[in-house]
Amino acid sequence: MSVFPYLMAGWILLVGIYGLATSRNLIQAVGCLSVAQSATYVLLLAVGYRRGATAPVFSDLPVGAPVVDPVVQALALTDVVVGATVTAVLLALVIQLRKRHGTVDPERLTGLRG
Amino acid sequence: MSRRARLLLLAAAGLVVAGFFAAACLRLPAFGAAVHPYGERAVAAALGQRTANTVSSVNFDQRAFDTLGEESILYASVLSAVLLLRLARDERKHEPRPAPVLPSTRLFGAVLLPVTLLTGGYVVAHGQLSPGGGFQGGVVLASGLHLAYVAADYRALGRVRPLAVLDVADALAAGAFSVLGLVGLVAGAAFLQNTLPLGTFNTLASGGLVPVVNAVVGVEVASGVIVLLAQFLDQAVEVVER
Repeated sequence: MSVFPYLMAGWILLVGIYGLATSRNLIQAVGCLSVAQSATYVLLLAVGYRRGATAPVFSDLPVGAPVVDPVVQALALTDVVVGATVTAVLLALVIQLRKRHGTVDPERLTGLRG
Repeated sequence: MSRRARLLLLAAAGLVVAGFFAAACLRLPAFGAAVHPYGERAVAAALGQRTANTVSSVNFDQRAFDTLGEESILYASVLSAVLLLRLARDERKHEPRPAPVLPSTRLFGAVLLPVTLLTGGYVVAHGQLSPGGGFQGGVVLASGLHLAYVAADYRALGRVRPLAVLDVADALAAGAFSVLGLVGLVAGAAFLQNTLPLGTFNTLASGGLVPVVNAVVGVEVASGVIVLLAQFLDQAVEVVER
């Protein structure tokens, strides 16, 4: 099954979105967003995988050894950093919401308040 | 919208996404295939720039402009967390009381704190040679420092964490990345192009611009994450309603 790892990434994305849509707690929703985002890590690393190859670090490898794709690994690193920063800002927003509205349940956040 | 209607809408949208995603996956190159045209070119370019860690070469040399954007996102998010979690008019800070800690835990923290900081520094410094780099090592440095909080208490953390210095270090390191880009312009090449002397392959000074940008990113990530965590810890420990 050579498409299985790709399909797994899609499944993780859908599970994360399901959690995001049904969550009754914003902290949990931020976690669900991280789950949905981690689908991109799986997809990127699956695209870059090469059978029988090793990490693309040549400090202890002969030049020309088969290595996995370093470009998608660099993209996954960017992805992790951006994911972590987005999570931090969202959690800061949730703290403010809890202070100003007294709830972290998205269903009970109805009124606009300055 | 009722809960049931929302779930139905979600299921319909999910089915569409799943269908198209699966169809796209079937057309992707087979998993684990030997042909990676971008990867092979990136490896050749990295070896040409005498950078042993290809991932660092991609991040800090071949796609350095992209990493400048990534680093700016990090800086912007630290800034917005500081802004969002600032002390409001109806809040005040109270001094946290010293917490009882087992002497063995305190000793464990005191012994491991320098070890983790050294590990973080090592991971940053060897970013162009071995797995790791500014982003990874910066996070190790920042979380290692919080051993002082885990193994002792909040006041001990305050003593090993010069927040005012770290605020400035974060901003300076974020700006230094752009300034390093100008080195290429001065040498008559493109912005962020690697024009520094490349050094000997597989030594600390190899890779030209890569170890410099890597170190700057390490400082920015370490100080940024410490400042970020400080905002959240303040909310949990120090800030109370008036």
